[in-house]
Amino acid sequence: MEFLYASEVLANGLMAGVMYSLVALGFVLIYKASGVFNYAQGVMALFAAMTLVGIMEGRVPFAHLINAAFGVHVSSFGWTVPGLFAILLTALIMVGLAIAIEKLVLKHLVGQEPIILFMATIGLAWFLEGLGDVMWGADVKVLDVGLPQGISETVETMTDNWLGYGFFIDRLDIWAAVIAAALVAALVGFSQYTKQGRAMRAVADDHQAALSVGISLQFIWIMVWSIAGFVALVAGIMWGTKSGVQFSLSLIALKALPVLMLGGFTSIPGAIVGGLIIGMGEKLFEYFVGSMVGGATENWFAYVLALIFLVFRPQGLFGERIIERV
Amino acid sequence: MTMQEGYTTADGRQIGGVLMDLRNITLRFGGVTAIKDISFDIREGEIRAIIGPNGAGKSSMLNVISGFYVPQEGEIWFKGYRRGPMKPYEVARLGIARTFQNIALFDGMSVLDNIMTGRLNMMKAPIWSQALWWGRAEREEVENREQVEKIIDFLEIQNIRKTPVGRLPYGLKKRVELARALAAEPRILLLDEPMAGMNVEEKEDMCRFILDVNDEFGTTIALIEHDMGVVMDLSDRVVVMDYGRKIGDGTPDEVRSNPEVISAYLGVAHE
Repeated sequence: MEFLYASEVLANGLMAGVMYSLVALGFVLIYKASGVFNYAQGVMALFAAMTLVGIMEGRVPFAHLINAAFGVHVSSFGWTVPGLFAILLTALIMVGLAIAIEKLVLKHLVGQEPIILFMATIGLAWFLEGLGDVMWGADVKVLDVGLPQGISETVETMTDNWLGYGFFIDRLDIWAAVIAAALVAALVGFSQYTKQGRAMRAVADDHQAALSVGISLQFIWIMVWSIAGFVALVAGIMWGTKSGVQFSLSLIALKALPVLMLGGFTSIPGAIVGGLIIGMGEKLFEYFVGSMVGGATENWFAYVLALIFLVFRPQGLFGERIIERV
Repeated sequence: MTMQEGYTTADGRQIGGVLMDLRNITLRFGGVTAIKDISFDIREGEIRAIIGPNGAGKSSMLNVISGFYVPQEGEIWFKGYRRGPMKPYEVARLGIARTFQNIALFDGMSVLDNIMTGRLNMMKAPIWSQALWWGRAEREEVENREQVEKIIDFLEIQNIRKTPVGRLPYGLKKRVELARALAAEPRILLLDEPMAGMNVEEKEDMCRFILDVNDEFGTTIALIEHDMGVVMDLSDRVVVMDYGRKIGDGTPDEVRSNPEVISAYLGVAHE
């Protein structure tokens, strides 16, 4: 029984890990293609989720601003948009955002130090957070695109029949795992087997060389930020459905950091494995050790693990080896 | 110069008309003038060298041709049309491929993948077709792969085709870079110090490859080189630069006997 309970904890940890991986994926994509650590990835997820809710509920964007400026009281168009269509629209908006970021920010910072680009993404994060609030309001929103939620009875009865012990697993987590797997498969297929993917890897490797074979950096950056925007949208949907769309959603980016340190900043499989290890480790540690130290280990476990990794394997599990040439 | 019909080289190769014409190019970096009012042309099928001492502006010239620098003054004519200010990737798409002095390869990719990137712009299949490996994409990949294999055979790098480029020794990296440039089937191939940092044997190999490429594919080649001896054996016509100015232009023999060139290389011209 003890063992079965531990397995259940493990399974739940894996599912939670999938959610971390989703966020980490967005970081890896942008870091690989442009060497930028995109601080705004978490806020992008929040912004995407807010926009999705706003579109679905037929909210008027900038309602507060419009009301204040014209003395009217608009808040809603009075229609609702079906989930799938709203997701599509939001994805388009994320592409628009990618284009705007390239034109207004990245383009002017070509060839600058990575730290400058990093600072720019911090600015972007604050801007996007404000924009999200002004556009859709700062209230906590409920997101429901029709993903199943609650305890999966199928899993419970199945495991009960086989093992004599019913596993409690959230259906949303199962869906998140399936969707994340599909997303990763699509991303890997894209980067390995398509021309655009090859171009993306080329840009990640060497800008000059990429230019010399006729690759437009601008196009690749827009493409990569669009994909990262889409990944943020998926992460936003999952986390938003789970815990509501609110400011704290953007803080999931902080949980992605240890995942990246573990998996390596440049590896898509690394982001997945890193997420799973952290999700799993967190839950198991809490289960086995948590009770001895007064609990709440989930708050710090991931960071300590990342710290240990930084000391012994700074490039992460799957990262490229760091070779300093003197 | 009005030899529009071309000329015949010493070894009997027929050189065509003007493919690229650079007119009064001036390039400045702030207050420093890297290139001062230089004009010369590159003809179809020839091997054209740009030589000069360190800091003469050779690399800047190559970067102007490949679009990495945009000159403040002057005109660039290519295939009979004046080229406006262009980004490097646009120049590449026009059919001007290049290599770099300090080698710019995609270290994380295999030799084969590196060379395949040279053909990116020849793949036109829509993305879903590529992703599903179906229809046009499959055909294209196979065709392009065939071309790439030809180049791999030609440059004798069959045995390393799957090796990640980062692991190769310097001389082979240079060869892979040449292969990638060739894969684009360029109208003009620009080589930035192809022999720099090589040992004698590697230099001889590279020389042979450059001559073979020109011979086999009829590719027009413009190269920068430090090593006078190598250049003189290799090229049909030579531009000599010094302090950003052009001080000589002509066949290797003409250039060799040019007093200004001699003084630039040896310090003083002796009577």
